[in-house]
Amino acid sequence: MTNHWVDIKNADLILIMGGNAAEAHPCGFKWVTEAKAHRKAKLVVVDPRFTRSAAVADYYAPIRSGTDIAFLGGVINYLVTNDKILHEYVQAYTNATFLVNPDFNFAEGMFSGYDAETRSYDTATWSYQLGADGYAKIDETMQDPNCVMQLMKKHFSRYTPELVSRITGTPVEQFLTICEMIGSTAVPDRVMTSMYALGWTQHSVGSENIRCMAMIQLLLGNIGVAGGGINALRGHCNVQGITDMCLFGESLPGYMKLPTESDASFGDYLTRMTPKPLRPNQINYWSNYPKFFVSLMKAWYGEAATKDNNFGFDLLPKIKGPSDALAIFERMYQGEINGFFCQGYNPLAAVANKKKVSTALAKLKYLVVIDPLPTETSEFWKNHGVLNDVDPAAIQTEVFRLSSTLFAEEDGSYTNSGRVIQWLWKAVDGPGESKGDVEIVSRIYLKLREMYAKEGGAYPDPVLQLSWPYSIPEQPSSTELAREISGRALTGDGEQLSGFGQLKDDGSTACGNWLYCGMWSPAGNLAARRDNSDPSGLGQTLNWGFAWPANRRILYNRASCDVAGNPWDPSRMVIKWNGSKWVGNDIPDMRLNARPEEMVMPFIMHQEGVGRLFGLNKLKDGPFPEHYEPFESPLAKNLMHPDNPESKCNPAVRIFMGDLDSFGKPDKFPYVGTTYRLTEHYHFWTKHSRINAILQPEQFVEIGEELAKEKGLKDGDKVIVSSNRGHVKAVAVVTKRIKTMDVDGRKVHTVGIPIHWGFMGLAKNGYITNTLTPYVGDATAQTPEFKAFLVNIEKA
Amino acid sequence: MKEQSLNIERRSATTTPSPGVRHTVEVAKLIDISKCIGCKACQAACMEWNDIRDKIGTCEGTYANPADLSAGSWTVMRYAEVETKDGRLEWLMRKDGCMHCADPGCLKSCPAPGAIVQHSNGIVNFQQENCTGCGYCITGCPFNIPRLSPDDHKAYKCTLCSDRIATGMEPACAKACPTGAIMFGSKKAMLHHAEGRITDLKERGYRQAGLYNPAGVGGTHVMYVLPHADTPELYSGLAKDPQLSTLVLFWKGIAKPLMGYSLGLAVLTGIFHYVTVGPNEADEDETEE
Repeated sequence: MTNHWVDIKNADLILIMGGNAAEAHPCGFKWVTEAKAHRKAKLVVVDPRFTRSAAVADYYAPIRSGTDIAFLGGVINYLVTNDKILHEYVQAYTNATFLVNPDFNFAEGMFSGYDAETRSYDTATWSYQLGADGYAKIDETMQDPNCVMQLMKKHFSRYTPELVSRITGTPVEQFLTICEMIGSTAVPDRVMTSMYALGWTQHSVGSENIRCMAMIQLLLGNIGVAGGGINALRGHCNVQGITDMCLFGESLPGYMKLPTESDASFGDYLTRMTPKPLRPNQINYWSNYPKFFVSLMKAWYGEAATKDNNFGFDLLPKIKGPSDALAIFERMYQGEINGFFCQGYNPLAAVANKKKVSTALAKLKYLVVIDPLPTETSEFWKNHGVLNDVDPAAIQTEVFRLSSTLFAEEDGSYTNSGRVIQWLWKAVDGPGESKGDVEIVSRIYLKLREMYAKEGGAYPDPVLQLSWPYSIPEQPSSTELAREISGRALTGDGEQLSGFGQLKDDGSTACGNWLYCGMWSPAGNLAARRDNSDPSGLGQTLNWGFAWPANRRILYNRASCDVAGNPWDPSRMVIKWNGSKWVGNDIPDMRLNARPEEMVMPFIMHQEGVGRLFGLNKLKDGPFPEHYEPFESPLAKNLMHPDNPESKCNPAVRIFMGDLDSFGKPDKFPYVGTTYRLTEHYHFWTKHSRINAILQPEQFVEIGEELAKEKGLKDGDKVIVSSNRGHVKAVAVVTKRIKTMDVDGRKVHTVGIPIHWGFMGLAKNGYITNTLTPYVGDATAQTPEFKAFLVNIEKA
Repeated sequence: MKEQSLNIERRSATTTPSPGVRHTVEVAKLIDISKCIGCKACQAACMEWNDIRDKIGTCEGTYANPADLSAGSWTVMRYAEVETKDGRLEWLMRKDGCMHCADPGCLKSCPAPGAIVQHSNGIVNFQQENCTGCGYCITGCPFNIPRLSPDDHKAYKCTLCSDRIATGMEPACAKACPTGAIMFGSKKAMLHHAEGRITDLKERGYRQAGLYNPAGVGGTHVMYVLPHADTPELYSGLAKDPQLSTLVLFWKGIAKPLMGYSLGLAVLTGIFHYVTVGPNEADEDETEE
């Protein structure tokens, strides 16, 4: 979230699209009801289903799953055509005025630089025109045909309300009503917030879905302000923390990147990772990359990381190729992986195409599952009848189950969607012989270290030289780890650091994650603070926990003021320029003494200091979002560019060769399948809990009344839902809440498929929903396309 | 039940006067349907606090689970999909459970002394130790709330968490409700809060928004804010104008004195039977379930 949960109460308009906050985030949803009750805010929901969020919305519109960019692109077209933009904001705080490389172009759904062979783009032309001084050229009048504003207008002019409606199935008048509501926030004293979740990420255009909304928020001047922002609702109490700490194979903590094989030297790596400013006077905060990186290496390798050995650069793996979940299971499926550690992860249920995942797991020599409960993954080798029809005799994978404690059985911290880190205290001891995850991993590490020390190996140094300064080596405490992550000085008396401004690239500081620096300051564990005083009344409780970065609650908050430094809306003042420095109700996201006339722009993480309407090469599938059909689409063509079959689906999406045959076609699988969560359950976990099992006991699928009539189905009937990858059997819920969509003159039916069931647990055992889903992900993030694929449904 | 600090105002089938020294505040639970997202946190909290667990059931083609109230489910969410006259779809969710009537039909129809009590704060409670399992409370309830347990043949329903309220806490469901759709306080404060909510709903286009606090049962201590107060039956059959059933009125007015007389007669007959014939022996097969 650019903003935070409590801040939602400051919104005038709340758009829930690409998510179902009432269902999946009921506690956070209370801030929507606060905004409605106390600010007279309006709630708008756009979703393929009339959801629990829609049930309490002021306005709802249906949309065909997988067509969000068509809808949002149409909104951009509406905003620029009807002049519903906050001009001063767009002019100063976005790259609307920037001139783009004249060789950049877009035709028939393809951006310049496409290579069909590799299904990827050479992004060289997705760049600014640079002057002799190395800075990007701009045109303050925004008339140059190559300036971002003109390119953007041209790109989205194709998204007319009629075409939007033909693609999305959203009736034109409903689409326009929502455009008007969104457009009403293009003024300084009205703000919209965007709440989204997996409904946007789980598409082959997932990242572009979100970027498209970010562009809308920039045009409206809704980023950096109270009650605004683009707000990812994370699905797990600590999934933000997981992301921050880099549980993604290509990252390092704090969104740094692992070196790759192309980084021949430490110098090459730092040069590649440290951006140069693209406009004068800008902060370009990533220019501090070497400080963050060296401090991380000092935290990990301690004395072994010295200036002479490039702070242990050679101790890090140099990754080759992608290592997202789909790539890992593809490699496992190809027999390239021997062993796999599954920690708090149930991939048999959670990854696309269960059959492929099951086959992949069967090719392992060993599988280690660290989890409090037996999971479908730990039992993947066992025959559970039709629910898991495998032959144990044919599976040689040795499975080790290490029982871990649950969240309430250990001290530690959660980082919530709003980036607020909150310390929690252990409530009870874990049962039996269960151990904390840290202890389990530590014991494995210590054993490996002992073996490497004794027996040597190809390259034992990364293991042997790891710093392990914990008082009980088998049980590093949460306190020790939190202090290490927050960082300390390696000179003097080794005091804790109070913020990432103190990090050094000379090896004199150690910090496990620069974003968390200062969480455990000389004043102690700030994440443990529980002072909910809110002097501004805006929900800016700066002494509750600790928010990264630097305890800042609203990112880019410099943009909450006009260029002169006065709040757009004084009643929602986040920060302001008081004549000599930035002050206010939040930690200013700006150099404190940066005078407004210096024109230091709010988006300090960008080389150019402004928000990007033109996304450069940051996403792999284009600098502007473009509508592409889902990989399994009920339509034969992409109506945006019907004559180019190559751009029907996202041309930059990775497809593994073996998966081509696994995609289904609408002749056999005519309906749009979409998967989702229910409020009564938490993923594949709470089916083990009696109360949750009572509240939602049995697997079901939802279909509209029209499809039910066609198929002769009624409430409570048993049905079989199939895709080209397998089938599930469930109870039918026939509902008015799923409407048959009129898409380009034809009917499109949606089948809604909740995910929570499996062959383990107290709830009535059921089929794994991901039996049905396709093995294809977003071009940039590789999040699988769980929200839009093709199925058939028949009476069982 | 820990109810030392709650005064009892009325008891079923009892004529002993109630204590009257202390005066307690009349309480109410206000369920704002326009804020309810049907998440069932109230159901979970009710199970947890009261330590009751229903069976793990089946999906019957709706989101409602358990499908109905029972001795193990003292509150359930009910869901109704309604298309309004202007073609808009509404998904109406209502938390169902005891309404804690000011004039409780269950208490009036209960023949077991002290099995149903009404506290001076308005809560209507079943005292299972006095319950004979006759089921008259079910007949007497205009909202179809009490349920007999197949295990102990006694009637159960929501207690409004009288044990929590007695110690100054709110009901478990109100505590757990994530959106503030369930409020708890003095009836006066809840009526006041409801006014503000109704004004807001009317501004949002729900011209028929209103409070559900039906006069036919003397008002209730569980009230709803309804966006469509003119048609409460849209909310999974919420009674439009609940009244004490004529059966109850008949029982209270005419049948009860008569019954007292015939009960005496029956006892005498029984004694006569025992003296002349001997005790009844239960057949083993009949007592087995």
